[in-house]
Amino acid sequence: MRPMTITEKILAKHAGVKSVTPGELINAKIDIALGNDITAPIAIREFKKAGAKKVFNKNKVVLVPDHFTPNKDIKSAEQVKILREFAQEQKLTYFFDGGEVGVEHALLPEKGIVVPGDVVIGADSHTCTYGALGAFSTGVGSTDLAAAMITGELWFKVPESMKFVFSGKLNKWVSGKDLILHVIGDVGVDGALYRSMEFTGKPIEKLSMDSRMAMCNMAIEAGAKSGIIAPDAITQEYMHKRAQRPYKFYESDKDAVYAEVREYDCAKIEPTVACPHLPENTKKVSELKNITIDQVIIGSCTNGRLEDLKVAAKILKGHKVPKHLRLIVIPATPFIYNEAMKLGYFDIFLKAGALISPPTCGPCLGGHMGILAAGERSVATTNRNFVGRMGDPKSEVYLTNPAVAAASAIKGRIAHPDEVSK
Amino acid sequence: MKFKGRAWKYGADIDTDKIIPARYLNTSDPKELAKHCMEDEDASFASKVAPGDIIVADKNFGCGSSREHAPIAIKAAGVACVIAKSYARIFYRNSFNMGLSILESDEVHGATDSGDVLEVDTDSGEIKNLTKNLRFAARPVPPFMQELIKAGGLMESIKKRG
Repeated sequence: MRPMTITEKILAKHAGVKSVTPGELINAKIDIALGNDITAPIAIREFKKAGAKKVFNKNKVVLVPDHFTPNKDIKSAEQVKILREFAQEQKLTYFFDGGEVGVEHALLPEKGIVVPGDVVIGADSHTCTYGALGAFSTGVGSTDLAAAMITGELWFKVPESMKFVFSGKLNKWVSGKDLILHVIGDVGVDGALYRSMEFTGKPIEKLSMDSRMAMCNMAIEAGAKSGIIAPDAITQEYMHKRAQRPYKFYESDKDAVYAEVREYDCAKIEPTVACPHLPENTKKVSELKNITIDQVIIGSCTNGRLEDLKVAAKILKGHKVPKHLRLIVIPATPFIYNEAMKLGYFDIFLKAGALISPPTCGPCLGGHMGILAAGERSVATTNRNFVGRMGDPKSEVYLTNPAVAAASAIKGRIAHPDEVSK
Repeated sequence: MKFKGRAWKYGADIDTDKIIPARYLNTSDPKELAKHCMEDEDASFASKVAPGDIIVADKNFGCGSSREHAPIAIKAAGVACVIAKSYARIFYRNSFNMGLSILESDEVHGATDSGDVLEVDTDSGEIKNLTKNLRFAARPVPPFMQELIKAGGLMESIKKRG
């Protein structure tokens, strides 16, 4: 039989065939179909328009109103209401509201709703995050979500795979975020268009689950269909207490075929910043001098997890941010929020002058909870720095890891963590 | 289908935040979305675009978010079709699913100026620049996508499957 990549194996299994080849069109069974308060209202409208009465499986359709929540205005409240009523009517097992809601791509793995070996679709482009668990997961639009909610399957073109092999030791302050920013800087915002990005190598095997999720989360910023990391002992440790369903580990065959293989020596990767207005505009932190900032956001589906808050707290401890700067910390889920509080991070953040937000996507997409005025500049641990992404079209966003964000908050300009912490 | 309209030319990597900024996503009403289409790239677009006009773009059009509001806003603004060197994959899928005509061509962008009158035949893939008297052939639409279009989009094809 033809050797296959992990992605091809998962897709073949879900299409009920022995083998698939890149370019082939398949219908695959869906394990989880996800929607949020922006995308699900259109999906629900299409669902009803098609005359559908019931979702294919009430345990497999997940709705997370996380973008404009807590409802920022009347229109947003109406959108969330559509989800709430649909969830009640369909008796969905996984609908999160009020104090239970978290940023979807932090919440689903944490709750064990997505598991290794799954095929997951989400009407949110950062659905590719779950590749960190060894699942095939990809972002789609609302109509695709509607189709999946009805039939429990969806068509896919099997993607070519692109292998990213890391070697060497990670430099101090370098996390999964820096690795993926470095890759995007290398291949460009469409460098992996339509492909699956597979991250491998010794440093990846040692990478924490939070860092793996940050990496796979941003595969879309290179245009990829998905990102994936082979599951291992770290995955097992993360999953075994959480998984709501049995799961399966897949791995690529040794002689699997890749469209392209790229190698990176981690010794050469420093804390990295993506400058306005594309994630591919990357520079080393040390290259950026005197970039003054008005706001720092630590949060999002990329970097709002416990490891992210931990490193931020470590750096911010005993410091106070300048008066003119707004530091906003957004724990991604209620669990992370509670853990950060218990671990004393909140004391550190509050003493530093930070504002702690409830879990929300909020400012990442310019929704609410920290919007920029014209001419303002923010450092953010989020994933996109497009024109107008966080507010006024004349504002700017610099993407970094949480350590750089915390150091920059203290200095009031983009700063290397070494400048404030040894 | 055949379309004739003025070209609106844009560059590479036009992201979904440019096509429809997230600050307007607290609604999915096509008419509301159309009012803000392309706002952060070209503030005059929404007020000046005429029914049948055509967006011509460089590579990776529609990158970023999965928001179907992006093709919805373009279509509701009256745009007949988009011609780009390449598309981000979710935008590509969404456009076929909700019925916005999109074509791929390596040549049209370089040879077109904003305001040129273009004539497009989406069935044959022939693109004519009537202003400059040029002809191009779009890359053929994959057969599977053609079937989706013939069926009237993804939801119609599902209904037919029963």
